[in-house]
Amino acid sequence: MAGKTLYDKLWDAHLVHADDNGNSLLYIDRQLVHEVTSPQAFEGLRMANRTPWRTSANLAVADHNIPTENRDQGIADPVSALQVETLVENCKSFDVPYIPMDDVRQGIVHVVGPEQGATLPGMTIVCGDSHTATHGALGALAFGIGTSEVEHVLATQCLIQKKSKNMLIKVDGQLQMGVTAKDLVLAIIKKIGTAGGTGHTIEFGGSMIESLSMEGRMTVCNMAIEAGARAGLIAVDDKTIEYVKGRPFSPKGELWTQAVQYWKALKSDEDAEFDSVIELDADSINPQITWGTSPEMGMDVGDAIPTSGKNGIDNALDYMGLSDGGSLSDYKLDKVFIGSCTNSRIEDLRAAAEVVKGNRVAENIKLAMVVPGSGEVKDQAEAEGLDRVFEDAGFEWREPGCSMCLAMNADRLEPGERCASTSNRNFEGRQGQGGRTHLVSPIMAAAAAIHGHFVDVREMLEAA
Amino acid sequence: MEKFSNFTGLVAPIDRANVDTDAIIPKQFLKSIKRTGFGPNLFDEWRYLDKGEPGMPCESRPLNQDFVLNQDRYLGASILLTKENFGCGSSREHAPWAIQDFGFRAIIAPSFADIFYNNCFKNGILPIVLDKSVVNDLFQKVKDTPGFNLSVDLEGQTIQLPGGESISFELDTYKKFCLQNGLDEIGQTLEMKEKIEGFETRHRQSNPWVFEELVL
Repeated sequence: MAGKTLYDKLWDAHLVHADDNGNSLLYIDRQLVHEVTSPQAFEGLRMANRTPWRTSANLAVADHNIPTENRDQGIADPVSALQVETLVENCKSFDVPYIPMDDVRQGIVHVVGPEQGATLPGMTIVCGDSHTATHGALGALAFGIGTSEVEHVLATQCLIQKKSKNMLIKVDGQLQMGVTAKDLVLAIIKKIGTAGGTGHTIEFGGSMIESLSMEGRMTVCNMAIEAGARAGLIAVDDKTIEYVKGRPFSPKGELWTQAVQYWKALKSDEDAEFDSVIELDADSINPQITWGTSPEMGMDVGDAIPTSGKNGIDNALDYMGLSDGGSLSDYKLDKVFIGSCTNSRIEDLRAAAEVVKGNRVAENIKLAMVVPGSGEVKDQAEAEGLDRVFEDAGFEWREPGCSMCLAMNADRLEPGERCASTSNRNFEGRQGQGGRTHLVSPIMAAAAAIHGHFVDVREMLEAA
Repeated sequence: MEKFSNFTGLVAPIDRANVDTDAIIPKQFLKSIKRTGFGPNLFDEWRYLDKGEPGMPCESRPLNQDFVLNQDRYLGASILLTKENFGCGSSREHAPWAIQDFGFRAIIAPSFADIFYNNCFKNGILPIVLDKSVVNDLFQKVKDTPGFNLSVDLEGQTIQLPGGESISFELDTYKKFCLQNGLDEIGQTLEMKEKIEGFETRHRQSNPWVFEELVL
């Protein structure tokens, strides 16, 4: 009999019940809660006179709606304010742990979870947010769910699930200088398509993945959903354990020793069988830029903009204002956004600051902003002087939150504006109605801010 | 949730692949703390010519007449016909809420994104997966035939064409059962309370660190 994949192991360890039709009841260790997808779930509990199964399994924080400047003045938009107040009230009445907006631990839920040790290897983790896939970087089975399921987990600590298929994406070789985890995952999505992982849990493996930092691994798993997979996974190794050690909610003392022993087995067996295997050579990957309105519409920096052909391509080129083709470097940018659950961790900010240092944001850039993933990332960056590097160059240095990744707060693109963004989705209107989003790595975004258009960041790094 | 009953309805085509949930219901409408009232903002950016904000009365907004759902021949449609990977992107259940509130009861596509697919069943919407060639054929029929209706039979897992031709589709037994009976899944799961408690006790013994209190 073939061995088990990491996904098989995590699944089996949380299986409460399986029926004859392949529907299973899966126990959920941790639920992360934010203001946008939870109000109706709490309301559902209230209507049915139910209470949370285990309050301390949940951790709540507001991130989508909150302002990234002038926080002391509260939330200006009354509709956003009501949604955040509703979260505060719900957490209070249902006794759910909540990190307030003025707390240094506040931030994007997918940055906060791992940072606080609320995300641990081996856990099942859900959140009413598709980028929950991020937490798979720590060897946890983590996936996004809808609001009805948020309510289901609150009430029962379980979810009814069908087991997905196993996909292995194996990346060997080394990334070149100037090529990052973001470029790697964009290249993967370009290769397998935005539905390539549908119905699968993707495990990322191979020597390149092993050599990635935990931040880099989170960037890769974060975008598994952009390849259609609800969950991304990376095996636990010493780096994982080192990352988890000493975090506020990580186990301590005897529990720590016991946990580490358990976590060390969280990898796929040598003889595990995957339903599909895709192999990539890291050496051949160049910095990536998306040109279209789906994350799969990507290209290498320097490539020509695709010319019209199929219906979908024409729609995208038209929306992006790129129907005249040519090189993307010929098109001026209006805004630059460095942030989001994909790329707002300390390593991302350090790398971007390195490119920015001693340079100025180009005249044509109306707004270049850096939004740290959490208050703790922000503090760390400030301790290292990164805020000054960015501000001296003309970037705005903001408070943590989801910000312009989805533009639910005041940070957004105006119609027709073109943006270099380190976020995860370039859908029509995602960053503001009519806005044009190009997804890139933090260093590519930083380089674009300096030049006012896209450039190959490797040329800047070589010149430095 | 109401029981899903068989029905015959007008089909409206959205001829695009990878329709994402940001397109289905843009982010500004996600600020609502309610579960209802999203229908007028379904496909807001495609449907209207102005920029929609929460609270705007949609009756007086300028319509994009090119958008399929604004065309007379598709008014009152209750079946949405579309292309691959419908509902990709964000997990927002506001997407099926908007689709349901607008009046759609079934969606036909060659494939759906996983989270969206699951969310449909919690809201009495039947997502039907059919072969790409069958879907393409339906697109052609809808285009050629004003007032093209389909009959959806959940029990028999078929859709019937006006000429009497029947196309069957696959469906998970439990999802079908919940739709047919309008069941509250939470109530179903809580019937297994003892089983969950039993698991939890064992899990607490083997993974005690999972159960540490989160003291902020």
